[in-house]
Order: sequence, then structure tokens, then C-alpha cells
Amino acid sequence: MNDILNQIALCVESGKINKSSPYPANMKDQEGADELSRKALDQGCKPDEILEKALIPAMANVGNRFSRKEIYVPQMLMSAKAMGGAMIHLKPYFQSGETKRKGTFIIGTVTGDLHDIGKNLVSMMVEGGGWEVIDLGVDVSSEKFLKALDEKPEAIIGLSALLTTTMENMKKIVSDLKSTHSKVKILVGGAPVTLDYCYKIGADFYSPDPQGAVNYLNQIDIRIS
Amino acid sequence: MKTSRDRLICSLNHKEPDKIPVDIGSTSVTGIHVLAIENLREYYGLDKRPVRLIEPYQMLGEIENDLAEILHLDVTGILAKNSLFGFPNENWKEFRTHWGQIILVPGAFNTIVDQNGDLLIFPEGDMSVSPSGKMPKAGYFFDSIIRQFPIVEEKLNPDENIEEFTLFTKADLVYWSENVKKLKDSGKGVIANFGGTGLGDIALVPAPFLKHPKGIRDIPEWYVSTLMRPDYIRYVFEKQVDIALENFRLVYDIIGNDIDAVFLCGNDFGTQNSSFCSPATFDDLYMPWYKKMNDWIHEHTTWKTFKHSCGAVEPFMDSFIRAGFDIINPVQINAFGMDPENLKKKYGDKLVFWGGGIDTQKVLPFGKPSDVEKQVLELCDIFSKDGGFVFNTIHNIQANVPVENIAAIFRALGKINCY
Repeated sequence: MNDILNQIALCVESGKINKSSPYPANMKDQEGADELSRKALDQGCKPDEILEKALIPAMANVGNRFSRKEIYVPQMLMSAKAMGGAMIHLKPYFQSGETKRKGTFIIGTVTGDLHDIGKNLVSMMVEGGGWEVIDLGVDVSSEKFLKALDEKPEAIIGLSALLTTTMENMKKIVSDLKSTHSKVKILVGGAPVTLDYCYKIGADFYSPDPQGAVNYLNQIDIRIS
Repeated sequence: MKTSRDRLICSLNHKEPDKIPVDIGSTSVTGIHVLAIENLREYYGLDKRPVRLIEPYQMLGEIENDLAEILHLDVTGILAKNSLFGFPNENWKEFRTHWGQIILVPGAFNTIVDQNGDLLIFPEGDMSVSPSGKMPKAGYFFDSIIRQFPIVEEKLNPDENIEEFTLFTKADLVYWSENVKKLKDSGKGVIANFGGTGLGDIALVPAPFLKHPKGIRDIPEWYVSTLMRPDYIRYVFEKQVDIALENFRLVYDIIGNDIDAVFLCGNDFGTQNSSFCSPATFDDLYMPWYKKMNDWIHEHTTWKTFKHSCGAVEPFMDSFIRAGFDIINPVQINAFGMDPENLKKKYGDKLVFWGGGIDTQKVLPFGKPSDVEKQVLELCDIFSKDGGFVFNTIHNIQANVPVENIAAIFRALGKINCY
């Protein structure tokens, strides 16, 4: 069983989505994360094992390699696509509750900001880290975050801003969320955002790269009940 | 130095001019938001009148001569004939922005407000097709609306990604001839953006100027295509550059060396802490086509070539030089590895730094005027030695920058340049 899990992990790290995907060239015509995950389940592998022994370590490697500048945005996007190919087969188990994730992460770009490349990378990596991700998209107001938080009170929040003109909105959202949910943990990120700024606006954590966010979340490690 | 143009040319040739040449507003990456211009006009006690919007995507405004004189600007620019939303700057009309400013916009700047209060704009001003840009109600400029047909691998045709690259028409050449003629005796340095020369510029990939974009128009899909479909990308670049070279020939026949620099590409290779690809990928996928354009220009003209790339691009500087670029912008000194002294020392004799004059992520928008003044003095001291420097902020001056901070830039420049 370990063989197939290793193969799935390799596909995710390499960005091999499925058999018909031409990338990477050295894995052409081979089965990808999609087919192998289906096969693993059919062979009796538990979805938890696929998640914890294949997808999570593979995506952690991807995140660490990205942090070390050994790979770049396109490679990370391909790995996320490959992970998505595996996740299709795991989703029913998440929905039924048979497979549990580490917690819920609600993410969005702040009011006025439509730039979502960074937010999407964090979202993919956190999902690949074994978390349920509720992606509220772009230009997300305090009200929308609050609504999502009301539905998932244990969730952790991620706020992204690319622009100096929208950073101020990050401050407002942090304040709005903390005033009604004093214990909520909020991660912030984006090109102009810094650790100093994070603390100044009352947020809890800043990371310059997606893997830093995953590592922080893993320290919190809340199980969905 | 007799003129601003002499000053610019001197610095572009890596000789120290009498004063540091100053640019604000000559290109779509060295510009200033319409609101910041209005604030500056008021600050300096100039006539209150609507600012003209010359670049609608980022809402950049025209700096009129009265303000340009106060700011001692040395460079002027000619933007591509059609904006990122596919219409020309003509038939001006008044428009009220959602922050309450009355500005002048091109006649085809046609917009609607959607149910969320966001402003939607249409390609070529054609309101019968889907909008191609959106400005959030809490935002100050547009971003593209992604219009991507589902991708069917076998049906992907790279010719669909070159719809926007066309040979200059007679009308285009008249536009260039008239605009260059107008500016060549202004005494200012001139930079032109002919359009169609940006390779994989991620702001252009969604084609907000096209009514019905086809091919690969989604941003993440374009990024992964550099891995999955490199031949597709190469085909697009090859065809695009063939057209660009022919356009260089056509326009050079008309304007000759009456411009000083040409804006070639705004594709960002850097992120705040890393890059979008490795320098090796740059050399393989982009370099040959950049080199082709740069080589043609250097062989036939005196134009200097301008490359814009935000972010941490220090590892790319050697590649930019080998690709033949003369000028790098915006010199994002607060990105990883972009230490000003190191950049100047390592690359200052080969690359002109057009930018890097003030940090626009922290100091300019959030610092005190004294912080701004101090940093401008420090950075000018580093970058201006032996020429090879054109003062500009790092990318456009945004809407929310306090006017006192913008004025502090020019106070510092006044001290250095002895105005």
C-alpha cells in the first residue's frame, strides 16, 4: 500500500494531474494523482491514509521547496492541480464525516482588493495541509467574514492584501472580527504586509510565504468535532 | 545641459548629468493616480480643473504643463494609441468617480455600476458585450474580469492568443507621427510605448481590450502554460515579435530617433520575496524574443529599451543585460535582495535604474514627510553616481498617498538639483 501512496505523493510533488496531462514530460502517459487515488481507494486504502501519508507530506514538500526558491508559482499551481485530482475522490469522505480535517480556514482578499494570486496559493497549500478551506474570494467585507465565522466559529481567518490602498481595510476587518470574536486567530499576508503591520493591526500571524501559514495552522491543530 | 532631453540622454548613456532627470507620469508604470494629481494641484495652488484620465486601468492622470513645471519633470511619454480597455484617448467627457472626484475620461469610457456598487467597464466602450474590467467600490482602479472559455486541450490554438498583435495601420502611424512631432521640440526626454511588445505581461493576458478574447486568458492557466504548453507560449512570442519588429520598422521610418526610449515589456518576473520563474526559465523561454527586439532597436536606432519588472529580480539582472535591455524599472528596493548599493555596484554601469527613488509600500504612503525627504536624498545619492539613473517612485503614485509626502519628494529633489 505504501507504494501507491508514494506514487500519489510523487505525482502531487511533480504536478502530474492525470494520465492525459502532458506535464511533466518525464511522466507522460503515466497515471496521475487522479487515477492513482481512485485506485488506492479501490484497493482498500483509507482516505485518511491518502490524505495524511501522501497529500499532506507532498504538499508540505512543495511548500518548503517554494519557500527555498527551488520551485516557483507555476510549479506550485501544477502541484495544487494534481492535489485537486486526488481530492475529487476524497471529497465524499470529507462530506460524510468519515475523514476529518484539521480544522477550517476561511480566507479572502480584503475589501477593495481584487488581486488573488497570493490568496489562491495560500488557499491551495492550506487545503493540501489537511484543512478545510472556505475561500470567500476577492473584495471580501467584514460582514462576509463575520457571516462565515458565525457558521464556523472555530475557524481561523486568512486575510490577503496586495495594495497599499487596501491595507487599511485589512485593519478594519481585523478590528471588526476581533470585536465580536475575541478568540479568533487571524493570519495576514500580501506583498506590502509585514510582521510589524500584523501586530500593529492586532492580527495574530504573518507569513511571507504559503508554507509559513500552513506551519502556523498546524501548530494550532484543531480537529473538527 | 541645455534641455531636459539632454539631461535624460546623458544619464541614459551612463554619464552624470548636471541634475538628476526626473520622471513622473511618462508611462503606465511611472505614473500618478488622478486623485493624487488633483491633490497636488490644490497643494501648489494651481487652477482647480478636472484631471484628464490618460490610463484608465490604473486611473492614471495627465500632468499638465503648469504642474510639470513646478515639479521640474524632465520626461514625457506617449502611450499606445488604445488603452488597456481598447479605446483611444479622445472625445473627452466628464465623469464622477465613486470617491467624488470629477475627471475627464475618453468618450468610450463607458461604465455601469453593478448590484454590489462596483464599477464595470467595457472593451472598446462597447456595452453590448461583457464587461472586461471591474473597479471595486472600495478600490481606486480597475482589474481585469477574466473571460476564459473552458480549455479543451486538443482545440487550443495559439493563433487565438495573438489576435491583439497587429501591424500598424496608417492611422496608427499618423498618431505616432503627430505625437512625436508635438513633443520633440518640447525640450523634454520622450519615452514611447508602441504596444504589442510585452511578452506574457500578466496584466495583458486577460486582454481587457478585446471584446471576445479567445485562447488562454486566465492568469493561473497562463502561468501553468509556461510549464505545460511551452511550445504554445513560444509560438505566441515568435509571432508577436515578428509583428513588433515590422512595427518598429514602420514607425522608425516616420519618427526616426526623435524618441529617447521605448517601453518594451511590463511582465513582472519578481514577487515580494521570490520570482515567478527561475532565471534559467527566463533565459530559455523569454530571452530569445527580448533579444530579438532589443537587437533590432540597437542596430537601427538610438532608442534605449525599458524593461519593467516589479519584485525581487536581482537574480535576473544579468539576464536582463544579456537580453539587451538598457533600462530597468521600477527597482523595487524593498523586495528581497534588492539592496540599492549592491544593485548600483553590480549592474550600475550596464543598466539604467529608472525608479527606485522612494519606497512606495511603506515610506511614501505611511511615513512622515521628513521620512520621505530623507529616503529620497539617500537613494538619489546611491543611484545617481556616474549617471544611469532617472528618478521615479517605485511604480505609480497611488490615490491614498498624502499630498505632503508627494511634495516632500520634490522638496528633496529640489535640494539635490538646486531648483
